[in-house]
Amino acid sequence: MFKWLEKNLPKIVMAPAVGLIGWFVYGFVLWTLYISFTNSKILPKYELWGFGQYEKLWASRKWLISVDNLLVFTALFLIFCIVIGIILAIFLDQKIRAEGVLRTIYLYPMALSFIVTGTAWKWILNPTLGIQKMFIDWGFENFTFDWLVNREMAIYTIVIAGVWQSAGFVMALFLAGLRSVEDEIVKAAKIDGAGLFTVYWKILLPMMRPVFFTSFVILVHISIKSYDLIVALTQGGPGISTTMPALFMTQAAFHKSQVGLSAASAMMMFMAVAAVIIPYLYSELRRENAR
Amino acid sequence: MQDNYQSSSYKELEQKSKYTNIFLRWFLYFVLILFASYFIFPLYVMVVTSLKTMEEIRQGTLLTWPSSLNFDSWLVAWGGRGYGAGDTFLRPYFWNSIKMVVPAVFFSTFIGAMTGYVLTKWRFRGDQWVFLFLLFGCFIPFQAILLPMARTLGTLGISNSVVGLVLVHTVYGIPFTTLFFRNYYISVPTELVKAARIDGAGFFKIFFKILLPISAPIIVVTVIWQFTQIWNDFLFGSTFSFGEAAPIQVALNNMVLSSTSVKEYNVDMASAIIAGIPTLIVYVLAGKYFIRGLTSGAVKG
Repeated sequence: MFKWLEKNLPKIVMAPAVGLIGWFVYGFVLWTLYISFTNSKILPKYELWGFGQYEKLWASRKWLISVDNLLVFTALFLIFCIVIGIILAIFLDQKIRAEGVLRTIYLYPMALSFIVTGTAWKWILNPTLGIQKMFIDWGFENFTFDWLVNREMAIYTIVIAGVWQSAGFVMALFLAGLRSVEDEIVKAAKIDGAGLFTVYWKILLPMMRPVFFTSFVILVHISIKSYDLIVALTQGGPGISTTMPALFMTQAAFHKSQVGLSAASAMMMFMAVAAVIIPYLYSELRRENAR
Repeated sequence: MQDNYQSSSYKELEQKSKYTNIFLRWFLYFVLILFASYFIFPLYVMVVTSLKTMEEIRQGTLLTWPSSLNFDSWLVAWGGRGYGAGDTFLRPYFWNSIKMVVPAVFFSTFIGAMTGYVLTKWRFRGDQWVFLFLLFGCFIPFQAILLPMARTLGTLGISNSVVGLVLVHTVYGIPFTTLFFRNYYISVPTELVKAARIDGAGFFKIFFKILLPISAPIIVVTVIWQFTQIWNDFLFGSTFSFGEAAPIQVALNNMVLSSTSVKEYNVDMASAIIAGIPTLIVYVLAGKYFIRGLTSGAVKG
């Protein structure tokens, strides 16, 4: 008995983690999947109902707007975060004075919650007292900046705040990547007469392909899950113009008693994340095994 | 940073004509400082606004410096105005968050250390798959587990309580903590462990005598990561708790959204600073470890 215990101790120690994740992650996802095939309203029902909830979901105007917003947000969020991140990383890589201070400034938003930063941005973007008033007081009397309360433009305020929060993170990833490149490679290129621009554009950036890939995966992941920032900044409004899938899901589940529908929307989010993450994990693991 | 890590492009610049050189340097600094002001702007506005009176806010602009350092809004945000019902302030929720964060960080870090240890030093058949099994938990959108979690907490009788949130944060922290410890322990030579085993050291002795003493850096990374994630969480907090059991982010959001009487932006900003200051302090003091967590675990909840 004692022998057995000793031999299996590592597995026994592993058991809680595997059990908890098995139950609370995989078990729960399967439960949600099952519920998405039922006609559950306020309470879960266990009678199968087929794809009805998915049909309802894709016929819902609010869901379509959510998906549309997610696509717009993701595209802009990705482009701006990566472009700003790369510019900052390359510029910081030029033997800059006070590099530490600048890095700290670029990255501190990552330490704050979206609720805290959302509160700040909401105040800054507030049309009566925020930026708009600042410019009017400075003498630009016709200046308007009412994106926060403008149906067409409100989604872009979420982009502004989201990019502000996450661009520094991309900068950190690229800076780490650039710093890990062997000096010899750069020196050799310079001996061959390559200028600074060519060195980055033709040699260093192409070497950063894994960093691009990682940034892409993480940013897409953040954007699919975005919830807090929208709650803090617009609550999905004005109207439902800035609603996104994560917000749709929680509202359907906890405010509108559409448990089945919310489960279906959660599964759509799950599949979107899985489509990005599984290839990523696969390639990461292969790289590790190749080492 | 060490010198040899720095790009040698500086030398390249030096060789160029002096004027291009000076111009380029100025341009570099100009762009870097421009971005720095964009990043610092919201924090500046928060601090300045929290120190103004509402009268000053209406008269000045976002950037105006307050006429005097007035911490009244901070006191109101923290302790309320003292008129009883309907007077919401952050103090009790701040403590809720502390009571939630400390045990959740402890448990998830401990479990992560153990699983990371087994996965690297007591390898068994299929351990790669077990790791992948756990790792996938880092990425699931939590919307896919909210409904069953709400029911489970209800069944266990811990919905709307700090205990419930401790459970939730512990469980969903395990994939990250496991990842951190596993990646750290994998670089510790297995020969050390093998030698100790030959000397008759058991499972726990090896962990406490060999692994734990060299784990300080990764423990710091993990604790900071978990602390920041759990402190800043809103989704779980707002779904599984309300009223008196709510953590600080939920309370902050409720305070800012409450539409009673006149909006007091100075109090809102003071509240936001109070809710953000613990993680900000950790970041400023231990930024190096925070960045290591970010770039190695690299997903934000």
